[in-house]
Amino acid sequence: MISLNWVKDYVDIASEDLKELAVKITKAGVNVEEVITKHIDHLVIGKVLRCTDHPNSDHLHLCQVDVGTRTVQIVCGASNVREGIKVIVALPGCVLPGNFEIKAGKIRGEESNGMICALFELGVEEKTEETYAKGIEEVDSPLEPGEDANIYLGTDDTIYELDVHKHRNNDCYYHIGFAYEIASILNKKVTLPEDSFKSIKENVKNHITLEVKTPKCPYYTCKMVSDVKIQESPEFMKKRLIAAGMRPINNVVDISNYVMLEYGQPLHFFDKDKLGDQILVRDAKEGEEITTLDGQKRILKSSDIVITDGKKPVCIAGVMGGENTEVDENTKNILIESAIFDAVSIRYTASNLNLKSEASIRYGKGLNYEYTDAALNRACHLLEKYAGAKVLSGVVKHDNVDKTLKKVKFQTKEINTLLGIILTDEDVKTELTRLDFPYEEKKGIFTVTIPRRRLDIDPNINDIAEEIGRLYGYHNLVSTLPKVPTRRGVYVGDVGMRKTISKRLRSLGLNETKNYTLISPEMASHFQYDKKEAVVLPNPMSLDKAVVRTSLLPSLLNVYEYNRARHVEDILLYEIAKTYNKNYEEESKVAILMEGNYLINRWQGKSIPCDFYCMKGIVENLLDYLGFKNRYTFEKATLPDMHPGMSAIIKLDRETIGILGRVHPSYKKEEIYVAELSMQKMYEKQVKPIKFKEASKYPEIKKDLAFAVKKETEADEIIGHIKKAGGKLLTDIDVFDVYVGENVADDEKSIAFSLTFKDPNRTLSDEEVTQVFEKIIAEVEGKMTAKLRNK
Amino acid sequence: MKELESILAELTQKVKTATDSNELNAIRVEYLGKKGSISLLTAKIGELPQEEKKTFGAALNQVKNQAMELLEEKRKEMEEKALNEKLSQENIDVTLPGTMIPSGAPNILEKIIEEVEEVFMSMGYDVVDGPEIEEDKYNFELLNIPKGHPARDAQDTFYIEDEKILLRSQTSPVQARTMLAAGGNTPIRMICPGKTYRRDADDATHSHQFMQIEGLLVDKDISLSDLKGTFDVIAKRLFGEDVETRFRPSYYQFTEPSVETDISCFVCKGSGCPLCKHTGWITVSGAGMVHPNVLRNCGYDPKVWSGFAFGFGAERLAMLKYGIHDIRTFYQTDLRESSTFDRKDV
Repeated sequence: MISLNWVKDYVDIASEDLKELAVKITKAGVNVEEVITKHIDHLVIGKVLRCTDHPNSDHLHLCQVDVGTRTVQIVCGASNVREGIKVIVALPGCVLPGNFEIKAGKIRGEESNGMICALFELGVEEKTEETYAKGIEEVDSPLEPGEDANIYLGTDDTIYELDVHKHRNNDCYYHIGFAYEIASILNKKVTLPEDSFKSIKENVKNHITLEVKTPKCPYYTCKMVSDVKIQESPEFMKKRLIAAGMRPINNVVDISNYVMLEYGQPLHFFDKDKLGDQILVRDAKEGEEITTLDGQKRILKSSDIVITDGKKPVCIAGVMGGENTEVDENTKNILIESAIFDAVSIRYTASNLNLKSEASIRYGKGLNYEYTDAALNRACHLLEKYAGAKVLSGVVKHDNVDKTLKKVKFQTKEINTLLGIILTDEDVKTELTRLDFPYEEKKGIFTVTIPRRRLDIDPNINDIAEEIGRLYGYHNLVSTLPKVPTRRGVYVGDVGMRKTISKRLRSLGLNETKNYTLISPEMASHFQYDKKEAVVLPNPMSLDKAVVRTSLLPSLLNVYEYNRARHVEDILLYEIAKTYNKNYEEESKVAILMEGNYLINRWQGKSIPCDFYCMKGIVENLLDYLGFKNRYTFEKATLPDMHPGMSAIIKLDRETIGILGRVHPSYKKEEIYVAELSMQKMYEKQVKPIKFKEASKYPEIKKDLAFAVKKETEADEIIGHIKKAGGKLLTDIDVFDVYVGENVADDEKSIAFSLTFKDPNRTLSDEEVTQVFEKIIAEVEGKMTAKLRNK
Repeated sequence: MKELESILAELTQKVKTATDSNELNAIRVEYLGKKGSISLLTAKIGELPQEEKKTFGAALNQVKNQAMELLEEKRKEMEEKALNEKLSQENIDVTLPGTMIPSGAPNILEKIIEEVEEVFMSMGYDVVDGPEIEEDKYNFELLNIPKGHPARDAQDTFYIEDEKILLRSQTSPVQARTMLAAGGNTPIRMICPGKTYRRDADDATHSHQFMQIEGLLVDKDISLSDLKGTFDVIAKRLFGEDVETRFRPSYYQFTEPSVETDISCFVCKGSGCPLCKHTGWITVSGAGMVHPNVLRNCGYDPKVWSGFAFGFGAERLAMLKYGIHDIRTFYQTDLRESSTFDRKDV
């Protein structure tokens, strides 16, 4: 939160419309999320020069009021209005709370050019009988007629609520930094605040010794003040702290916060008498304890930094001070610490201790040592001025900070190429001046020095282009297309296969789902058919999202349950997603779930239900579409969470690529069929290109036959023998009947096949087909327990 | 000859009054059968004198043909009548519902991703995929987000092994991998839609799992204006030819300069409505010129090469385009909702 009244101290914005300024700032890259103001326009201080009774009323008055530039007549009904008092005048055009607009007009025939206001009319007080009875506000203030009455009311400030990106969170998080941003937008200069003070003879070095024993504190400075008087802060300081979101406490505490909000540099004040005469900055010892200002006992880690008095911790560096050296109402002497600590370390400590303070946030962003010094001096100045402090001479300092300035060399054309705009050297100079970035220019080569306050800028041409570009305005960019060769992009790797499968399954009537990769341990315990160990998050957000799934089936079952609970019938789902095992090996999988009817016409009583063979048909259709026709088989298998008699593994080129079957009735009682295939394994297989096959010109011969076999015999076994004996002439085998019952033994079933014989080059004779046919019968009967039926 | 005429007249009359195919058959036999009256006349030709034979024969033939035609005509007429009578009994109710052919709907995010892919593929961008369990190196370090950088905190990453292995918090690592694989000397045009993960509690506007569509172009002399032009193409294709675009300065670690890209509100056309929060503009993506450190980290010399990168949130695009208000919609397939998306969009 930025107080614009405060910013006014550093950059001239008196003539700016602050709402428009907010838009300009946002356009240049720092997002002003909200402009908060209670300011009422056209509200001025007036002085009642004359007050007479209204000729047509028994209670109204006619007032001649000096409003600075002129004297106006105003009709006023308040009983306390009288000559000589200062009042608040709402002039025509003023809009009071409640959207009440003041207009010039006549009241009972007399001209009235405004309104003399009571506080409740301005929204400053609530309207009660009491405030109403008070009448108009009698202003007791040195403010002159015509001056802004908002100053008197304390409603003259405007607050910007910023939503700043991480980078600019550094320099736009304090008022001076933000003033620089405004100055660059408005092309103005920044004036830094007063920081002078009188030093007394006594030197701080006689009172404190400093030792820094950690590389995580590159810069540590101290000054000392004596004889402070703790009291309330001046009004302006309290107002500004409140505006910026902080609570005023007393002058000393407030000054440390005030300076932090000016320079972005947190300060820490030690009660010097409690501290002693030594400061040692070091890494904390594991388990070391300190009670912080908020009364909490904190246990530290060795990664934390502590300020100690040589023996015990007195402050968790950059995060919070210790209770043992706290400034209180009796404090007389203060040691002011202004330092830089390792930003990463502070963030870790603040987060470990769950102690995010205004100070730790700022330390965590990084600081610039110039402002560490400036803030120290500014604090001395303010303590002298508002706490009666005497400032000891000298500074105690540890300085191991890298002071190399960042410089960038570039030519204007490089900026132009990067942005796609046309700037001249002069334009660049103008922009750099606005930014207040010192530069040299020799023969078209610029050398820019990046000011230390802009920690976010790295010495790259891109960074300079960005600074120039955002001030130049991206709305000025023209649209061009990259000058690159024309081509059409492709799907790289297995992306194409994923798209192909997805589109095929959709056209087969399955609905695509997208589910969470992270699932609960309970879900992850199901369908572990490929026996993969899963990645378990060491630090999950919640137990239901703790495991990286190895199978998509548990997620599909969730979607099924969700839809079933909402009375959706005929649920056909699929998902394609990546899965991982414990070694982070990736495997993309395709999962399908079907329940209900695949095709249905209810009023005709016709349907094709989702059963094992429907699901198998979907899988076969997909595999054929992918080019794997005649390369896959299904083998019965016992699989976890699957029906023991209705499940199979799917093999492609003799390698298992997935599973298929009914979900175990004890797990889900509904008749749900699922399949899951490894896209990875399918992707690794070679597929031959499509080749045209001419339909045979010669007639084909169809012959049917049926075998009686044991009930447990699988069709594939018979087909295998038929194929073997059938040779080249046998071109197609189709199962057209499976029969159990009359005329078949109790432990047997009959399977009927339709065989197609064909030769692409000639007409087959009956004799040769019969010969092959006989051979097939002999093969099947000879090699397995099977008997030809209806012989 | 007169005999012939009267036979024809008689036959014509009989055919006309015939009512079924049996009757018609009887007529055929009566005149054209072996012993039919016309056949019998044929036998008589031999008895005629030579000079009459020809004319009589021709006339007889004509009568015979006419007779056959008449019979055939009548037969067809009868068949047609019979068929019509049969069909008139076969009347169905065309308003009864058709057989339900299952409709396979895409996931809404996939639908929007396919649309974006199509636009970029037509501009020469390849579609690339990458691992979701990723190394810190690709997810952060190569992308100019070193260990300890505050940008890491904001992403609230799911770490699997501390500061080493994680669920990717962005799809940018695919860009890094693509650049490294390209070896620093070939131009790149790619997009990489995919799942990403951050430690956000799920609610209507937050999801611990979400999808990004990031893209990258690396070539020579590429400018921010080129990014603007490219963004124009995708914005107009997704949200209509009349949308306007604008860039605002922004900050990302792997791009410099960085921008936020807005489109003019396609609902209110810029006059202000709840969707655009009365600003007339909607932010749809973040983008920028690839940071020289990233180019360098991934093997490209920033003095020679430049490029731009952009990132859309698939959920945000879909929510805007289809008026969806709850991000969980995408991850909890409700078939009653998703069936709407089983159609070609305009």
